[in-house]
Amino acid sequence: MADDTPVLRLEGVCKSYNIGTPVEVEVLHDIELELGRGEFVALIGPSGSGKSTLLNIIGLLDRPTKGSLFIDGQETNRLDDTAITGLRGHSIGFVFQYHYLISAFTALENVMMPLLVERNFPTDDMRQRAAGLLAQVGLTPWQDNLANNMSGGQQQRVAIARALAMNPALVLADEPTGNLDTKSADTVFELMQQVNRTNGTAFLLVTHNMELARRCHRIVEVVDGRIVTPGSASASASA
Amino acid sequence: MNRLTPFEWITALRFLKEGRMQTIFIVTAVAIGVAVIVFMSALLASLQANFIKRVLTSQPHIQLIPPDEVARPLRQPGSGHILAAIVQRPAQRIRSIDQWQKIRDQLSTWPEIVTVSPTMTASALAVRGDASRSISLTGIDPEVYFRIVRIPDYIVAGQPRVQTDDIVIGTDLAKELGVTLADKINVSAASGASRILTVTGLFDLGNKGANLRTTFVALRTAQALSNLVGGVTTLDLTVTDVYAAESVAQAVQAATGVEADSWIRTNAQFFTAVNAQKTSNTLIRLFVGLSVAFGIASVLVVSVIQRSKDIGILRAMGTSQGQILRVFLLQGGLLGFLGSVVGAAAGGSAVVFWHGILRQADGSELFPLVLEPSLFISAVFLAVMTGVAAAAVPALRAAKLDPVVAIRG
Ligand SMILES: Nc1ncnc2c1ncn2[C@@H]1O[C@H](COP(=O)(O)OP(=O)(O)O)[C@@H](O)[C@H]1O
Ligand SMILES: [Mg+2]
Repeated sequence: MADDTPVLRLEGVCKSYNIGTPVEVEVLHDIELELGRGEFVALIGPSGSGKSTLLNIIGLLDRPTKGSLFIDGQETNRLDDTAITGLRGHSIGFVFQYHYLISAFTALENVMMPLLVERNFPTDDMRQRAAGLLAQVGLTPWQDNLANNMSGGQQQRVAIARALAMNPALVLADEPTGNLDTKSADTVFELMQQVNRTNGTAFLLVTHNMELARRCHRIVEVVDGRIVTPGSASASASA
Repeated sequence: MNRLTPFEWITALRFLKEGRMQTIFIVTAVAIGVAVIVFMSALLASLQANFIKRVLTSQPHIQLIPPDEVARPLRQPGSGHILAAIVQRPAQRIRSIDQWQKIRDQLSTWPEIVTVSPTMTASALAVRGDASRSISLTGIDPEVYFRIVRIPDYIVAGQPRVQTDDIVIGTDLAKELGVTLADKINVSAASGASRILTVTGLFDLGNKGANLRTTFVALRTAQALSNLVGGVTTLDLTVTDVYAAESVAQAVQAATGVEADSWIRTNAQFFTAVNAQKTSNTLIRLFVGLSVAFGIASVLVVSVIQRSKDIGILRAMGTSQGQILRVFLLQGGLLGFLGSVVGAAAGGSAVVFWHGILRQADGSELFPLVLEPSLFISAVFLAVMTGVAAAAVPALRAAKLDPVVAIRG
C-alpha cells in the first residue's frame, strides 16, 4: 500500500456497554482520528474518559458499536475472527501498563513469542531477530533472564522489543510508564522515540505525564469519550 | 489448522514448569491413582492366570461321565398310575460309559479336541502291614493322561511309570503307610478284588489331601479291581481353546448323549469371583478416573485464572482462540501422561516387589508374574485421554476469555 495511507483511521467510532439490558452506556462518541505513517501521538485525558477503550478498539481486541476502523487502509468491521487475529498479530504491537511480559518465558523468548505464534515453529531467524531487538533496547545481557528477575523498566523495554517483533506499522502503548519511576519512565519513553525515528513505527501513547506528552509529535485529548483537541491544530512539539 | 504445533507444546510445557508446585501435586495424585489401578490389575491378572494354569495342568478341560442312576416312580403296569411317588436316590454303582471306544474315536476327529483320555476311577483300601488308608484309584493310559494332567512334573522320587502291577502314590500316603519306592502295597477295591502293587513313583501335588488319596495305576489294573473289564468311568478331553471349553462340552454332550462337564462349569465359583472382581475393578477404575479428571480440571481452572493476563497478552499478540484452547488441552494431556507414566512405573515396581516378597515355604514363587505391556500402554493412553477431557472446560474458558477484560488493571 502507498506510503500516504494512514496507519490508522477512525470514522465516527462509538462504543457502548450494555450494563443490564435496558441501560446502555456510551463511553465513546463519534471518534474521528487519523495517524500517519511514523507519527508519534500522545493520547491524554482524565481517568475514565475512554482512552483504554479506544486503544482496545484500535488494537482489534474490542469492536466498535458504530463507525469504521481502518488499519493500514484496511476496513476491519467485516473481518472474521481469524482475519482480525491475523491483522492484530501483523500490524499492531501492544505495550500494556500493568502486565508487561509472560513470566513463564525468558526475555528473549518473550520477544520471540509473536513470531512463534505466527509461524508456529521456532527458528534461528526468530532467535536472531529477537536478539537484535533486545540489543536495540539495550538488554542483551538479560536475554536469558525470566521476566520476574527484571525490574519494571527493564520488563517494559523487553515489552517494547516484543511489540516490534512483527515489525508492525503501529504500536499501541496504554500508560506504559504509569507504573515506573521517573528515570525508568524517561528511559522507556526515549526508547520509543528512538524506535519511532529509526524504524518509522507509528506510536499511539496513552500517558498522564504532560511532560512526556509534549515531547510527542501531537497530542490528542479525550474527555468524556470525545476528542476535544482536534487534529494537529493545538499543542505540538518535536523532540 | 488443528495440528498441535511447537507453539502449543512450548507454551503448555512452560506453563506447567512455572506452576511447579501445582504440577508436582497433581502429577503425584494422578500417579497414585494409576499406580493403584496398575498394581491391582497386574496382581489380579497374575493370580487369575496362575489359577487357570494350575487348573488346566491338573484337570481335563472337559470330562465325560456316565449319567447318575436314577430311580423312577413306581407305576402301575398298564394304567401308568404312580404307585410310589417318593423315591430315594439309589446307591451309585461304578458304571462305565457305554461304547466309550466309539465315542473316543469319534471325538478324536474333532478339530477343536486335542486329547481324549479314558480313565477308570474307583475307591479302594491300601494296606501295608497294620496300616490301611482309603484311597482313590485312578486307572490311566499314561501316554494320553499325562498330556492332560502333568503328573510327571510333580514326581519327587521314582518314575511316573504305571504298568500292570505298578502304583504311583503321593508322598503323604507313602509316609502314613510307611512305604518307599519298590515297596509293595495290598490294594483291595470296593468290589472285593485285590492286588499286590509295587510303588514306582512318589508325587507331591502340594496338597496333603490330594497326596493322601490320589493314586495312579494302569487302566487295566483299575478295571480288573473294580470288576469292570473294558469299562471306563470317564473320558478326559483337552481342547484347543480352553475358553471355548463350555461350548465344546455342550456340543460333545449333544453328539454323544454322555454328560460332559467343562472346567469352566466345574470352576464356576472361580469365574463368578473373577467376574465380581472385574466389576469392582471397573468401578474402582471409573472412580479413580473421575477423581483424576476432577483433580486435573481444578488445577487447570485455577491456572486459567492465574494466567488470565498471560492469555490476554498472548491474544493481543495474535494468538487465536484455537491456539489458547490447545495450550490448555495439551496441559491436561501432559499432566495425565506424566502422572500415568510415573504411576505405571510405580505400580509395576510394586507388583514386582510384592511378587518378590510373597514366596512359598520352599522359596519358590507363589505365582508367576504377568506383566502385559498392554496394561501399561492402556493405562497411559486412558490417563492422557482423561487429562484432555478434564481440560476441556478450563481450556474453553481460557479460549473464551475476553482479552480486554484480561488485560485491564
Ligand atoms: N466492560 C465495561 N463495561 C461497562 N463499562 C465499562 C467497561 N469498560 C470500561 N467501561 C467504562 O468506560 C469508561 C471508559 O473507561 P476506560 O476506557 O478504561 O477509561 P480510561 O482508560 O480513559 O481511564 C469508564 O467509565 C468505564 O467505567
Ligand atoms: Mg485506562
